[in-house]
Amino acid sequence: MAQCDDSQSHCNGLAVAGCKGECVLPHMPWFGMDVGGTLAKLVYFEPTDVTEDEEQQEVETLRTIRRYLTGNVAYGSAGIRDVHLQMEGVRLGGRTGTLHFIRFPTSSMRAFIELTKEKKLATLADTICATGGGAYKFEHDFKTEVNLTLQKLDELNSLIQGIHFIDSLYLSECYYWSHPDIRDSEQCKKLPFDFSDPYPYLVVNIGSGVSILAVRSKDEYQRVSGTSLGGGTFLGLCCLLTGCQTYEEAIEMATHGDSTKVDKLVKDIYGGDYERFNLPGHIVASSFGHMLSPEHREDVTKCDLARATLVTITNNIGSIARMTALNQGIDKVVFVGNFLRVNPIAMKLLAYAMEYWSKGQLKALFLEHEGYMGAVGCLLELVKQKLS
Amino acid sequence: MRTELNNEPVNQYFVNVCTLKPRYSEARSGCRSQSPQLPIDKFGCIHAVAQVKMFTIRHVVTKNDLCLSSTVIGGSLAKLAYFSKVSRKRIRYPSSSSNVLDPADELNPPATLNDHDPVVHECSFMNVETEEQAWRLHFINFETKYIETCLDFVKRNFVRGARNMNGKTIKVTGGGAYKYKDLITDKLGFEVSKEDEIQCLIEGCNFLLKNIPDESFMYHRHGDPQYEFMGLPNEPAFPYLLVNIGSGVSILKVESDTTYERIGGTSLGGGSFWGLGSLLTKAKGFDELLELAERGDHRSVDMLVKDIYGGSYDLIGLPGDVIASSFGRAARSPRDASGTQYKEEDIARSLLISISNDIGQIACLNAKLHGIKRIYFGGFFIRCRPITMYTLTFAINYWSKGEIQALFLRHEGYLGAIGAFLKGTQESIDAHKYSWDEHLPGSSGLQHPVMVSFMRQNSSKVDFLELDCLEQPLASCPLLLSTETYSADTWDLAKDAEARDYWISCFERSVNEVAERAAQSQNDQSSAGERADKFKSKYLQKLSDLREQPFTFGSLTVRTLLDTRQQYLDEFQFSDPYLQQRIKDDEEVLQFLPSHLASIDAEEWPERQRIVVQGLLAGTSRRADAREHSCRLTNNASVEETISLLRGRRWLLDDLDAWIARLEGEPHRCAVIFVDSSGFDIIMGIFPFARELLRRGTDVILCTNSKPVMNEVTYSELFILAHNIAAMCDVIGGALAAGRLVVMESGQHSPCLDLSRIDERLVAAMALRGADLVLLEGVSKAVHTNHDARFRCDAIKVAIVDDAWLAGRLGGAAPRTVFSYEPAPPSGPATTDLAAPSVL
Repeated sequence: MAQCDDSQSHCNGLAVAGCKGECVLPHMPWFGMDVGGTLAKLVYFEPTDVTEDEEQQEVETLRTIRRYLTGNVAYGSAGIRDVHLQMEGVRLGGRTGTLHFIRFPTSSMRAFIELTKEKKLATLADTICATGGGAYKFEHDFKTEVNLTLQKLDELNSLIQGIHFIDSLYLSECYYWSHPDIRDSEQCKKLPFDFSDPYPYLVVNIGSGVSILAVRSKDEYQRVSGTSLGGGTFLGLCCLLTGCQTYEEAIEMATHGDSTKVDKLVKDIYGGDYERFNLPGHIVASSFGHMLSPEHREDVTKCDLARATLVTITNNIGSIARMTALNQGIDKVVFVGNFLRVNPIAMKLLAYAMEYWSKGQLKALFLEHEGYMGAVGCLLELVKQKLS
Repeated sequence: MRTELNNEPVNQYFVNVCTLKPRYSEARSGCRSQSPQLPIDKFGCIHAVAQVKMFTIRHVVTKNDLCLSSTVIGGSLAKLAYFSKVSRKRIRYPSSSSNVLDPADELNPPATLNDHDPVVHECSFMNVETEEQAWRLHFINFETKYIETCLDFVKRNFVRGARNMNGKTIKVTGGGAYKYKDLITDKLGFEVSKEDEIQCLIEGCNFLLKNIPDESFMYHRHGDPQYEFMGLPNEPAFPYLLVNIGSGVSILKVESDTTYERIGGTSLGGGSFWGLGSLLTKAKGFDELLELAERGDHRSVDMLVKDIYGGSYDLIGLPGDVIASSFGRAARSPRDASGTQYKEEDIARSLLISISNDIGQIACLNAKLHGIKRIYFGGFFIRCRPITMYTLTFAINYWSKGEIQALFLRHEGYLGAIGAFLKGTQESIDAHKYSWDEHLPGSSGLQHPVMVSFMRQNSSKVDFLELDCLEQPLASCPLLLSTETYSADTWDLAKDAEARDYWISCFERSVNEVAERAAQSQNDQSSAGERADKFKSKYLQKLSDLREQPFTFGSLTVRTLLDTRQQYLDEFQFSDPYLQQRIKDDEEVLQFLPSHLASIDAEEWPERQRIVVQGLLAGTSRRADAREHSCRLTNNASVEETISLLRGRRWLLDDLDAWIARLEGEPHRCAVIFVDSSGFDIIMGIFPFARELLRRGTDVILCTNSKPVMNEVTYSELFILAHNIAAMCDVIGGALAAGRLVVMESGQHSPCLDLSRIDERLVAAMALRGADLVLLEGVSKAVHTNHDARFRCDAIKVAIVDDAWLAGRLGGAAPRTVFSYEPAPPSGPATTDLAAPSVL
């Protein structure tokens, strides 16, 4: 464990038991990282309780990094700071500060490693806590290029710790959609949900793929299901179908599209409701089912295709989540992951599907910081490990 | 022109209907109107008459009433069902002329059972021809886009002027029922009667599971063989899940024929594969897409675990090839992505895998939710394509941790059509009351679509299925120790490549002789040679297909090879090439019987038993070769020589002493003997053996094939033979008169014997008489089949294996004698517990 040379200032009178002269808190800067298949998520804790003394003693490198991160909203060609998610006055490891949420495509990881080299991060810390597949994939690169050790943390644990930490900080973190019928958007409202007594619940983490976890208590959780049809599938198919290049573009197109020109509905087949089995006519019977006819193919726009892709993937996730919940005997389903970012269509569809097919028995819940839970969990683990 | 109809394989049947059209009116006038009233009247019928000469040469005379019965029009594929009535002339010997107690008569008043049998006043080798009519169901399966072509075809060939069709209805189901309703009414002038799709599916599924052996199977991609067939359960194992993958997916929980529920579904189905595939590739049509997918590699499009974890995926205990995100790599395409960097076949593959996998997962979640262990997959999406079956099986195994079985159906494409047919016939004939058999020459088999001429301009391949309605309902033999575990066949040729090669080669070698004999048997007909050649080439083609794809018609066994040959002979109107031979044999041997019986009677009791058993063996020996593959009926030994051989020779018979010891005990109540060849075998083997049993007070049921098969004694021949022997022997005569000796049909049409499907009247007679001894004789019935069958009563299996290869398989040198006496298992329930089936 590293000795604190400037322990007093860094510990800052911290009431950390046992921290007598030998500071066990990690060096600043504090990061948590979650490197998924498509996106890398970085959570940065910026201490706001820095004293003047401290500021003066702060090494140049650290100051540069802090200013670089907090002074920009975009990094390089692809890194973005989600300013609207920023959380202030966060108490962590005895310090008070601001949480910054930054993301960049995993494909830009080389550029990120270059950046850490350029900003001399390795002179300040020797370890970054990271989770996600990228923690394995890029471990070697970090070690050899910038001499940083990636401490690989358990993905599920990070996710769940992240959820509970963020939820405890922010009153309206958890919310649901009331009257989520997509055909009547007037009625649909986003309302806060009290997540203080959450167990048991299901977490559906929609990244490139989908993981489904059943959480029965703080320490009792397991991956119970998942599907390879996730956010990556949505974007991949959209790219192939429409030639779009980014997630934002795909979502934008979907917003203006009409999936019923692409999908075959129950009424397209049966002329109305399939009454015998209580299937209303507006339900999708066959996703992309119209597209096997050349006439229909000529009749659709790229936006329609994007919308149909979104609806198909979302409904499928909803369906698997719902049945997994039933199999597990759980009635609260928390949807997280970056697929839900700027994606109210998907959220409302999920909310509607849960409610409709379960006849109101299941509740679909969402979190404001949807994609960052794993990274937050890593940050917590970094601080916790050093404390213990 | 007339005979052409029957010369052509049935997949061109339809086409021939056109060529025969001018004969409609003539044909109709020749039609008997005895047929049950059908939901739709006959649209036309064809009368193909072949000449019949004298009683010694018989072959099928076919007369068809073609009736369109139902159509299933799905979003993507349409199925058309029609049925025809196949009439066959058959020789029957009169049964009402004597005082013989036919157990069938015993159970049914003769008036209803055999009213078509004319009364004949004396017993001799005279015979009476009767005409029998049987339903044959035809199904064809084609892409919906050809619906117009198909309706035009139907109109041309079945509908003679829309005027006649007013008020007629056709059963239609499937999504397209709604869409194409007007088209059908316009084209054909029928009223369209819509049937519920899902109900049809379920009825079709239950029907197939109940009636078609090896209908369902499991698919093991890396298995050898890949196809594991499930035989013929007496009842579908309820509850099961039926996952129907059409355009969308319906998941149905089936608890009985009538109780079912749609418990779930998904919109990601065959239509999604086809639709997305059409958008993303240049493939035209579903089949092209599947072919594309079969060539592709999804790993260039999908994001795998190893793509996310780098080289270190082994650290986390996940196989690197698990798909983390379907199409995930396509999302990372560079800015200039135009999609061209991905091969179309890779995209198609990824689509197929992701959709199959998703369906498998959702099916599994539903199964778990309802505690169901068995999932049948149906619908056009599967098409029994290995890649689809593999991904579905993989998904089910993965998500259920191996606890749920993924099962496929050989005829999954026909579920709805069969269901609709059953609905259509409900009012007139109760299809559930009959047993059915797959007519192989007219069925395309698994993964074996065929080109048809009426759609030739579209170069589309089409699947066919034909089912023959059997005269009698079949049931499982009540003497079997376990009907659940019984499997007729001893060797699975799909599993055993060496055996497959050996037997298929044997059948290939013998085909010339069979064809020659067939042609010879009808040498008074000019077409016989040509038909024999066609038989030969079609059967050889089938054998070669089976060599490549042994799974085409379910399990491949020696029995199925023999039965297929028989069906092809029938198809080319050689229903009984061995008739003359049999009659000659019978006549020749019969004259030696009185002296043989006298010589038996001269012996002491134990020696007598020994001699009659040896007689059985000598009988099987004399024609062992003839049956199996070479088909040689010519045994060099004359009857006298065989008899002397029989007297002189002492076979090593392990169980003979045990059998004689058993005979010293209580007599059996009733013995059921499945007989084999005519001539020496039946006359010198079976009758003397039966006679000893009759003397002890044991009733004897002699069971024969219902239809002629090679040199096997037929029901009618055995019947007359029994009467002729009765005149020579008081024991036989007395027993026949007293009804203690009866002749019955086994319900089979095969040299082999499948005890899970025998005539229900025989089952009833076994129960009624408390049968407690069963005898199986001949290599086909006791070695190729039933070698491992266990019975709840005493059983005897007799055969002489002349084939060196086969003897080697049994662990010995040829000729190897088999005389095995298997006493009833001690704990086995008494046979008197057998309950007669409720049908009777």
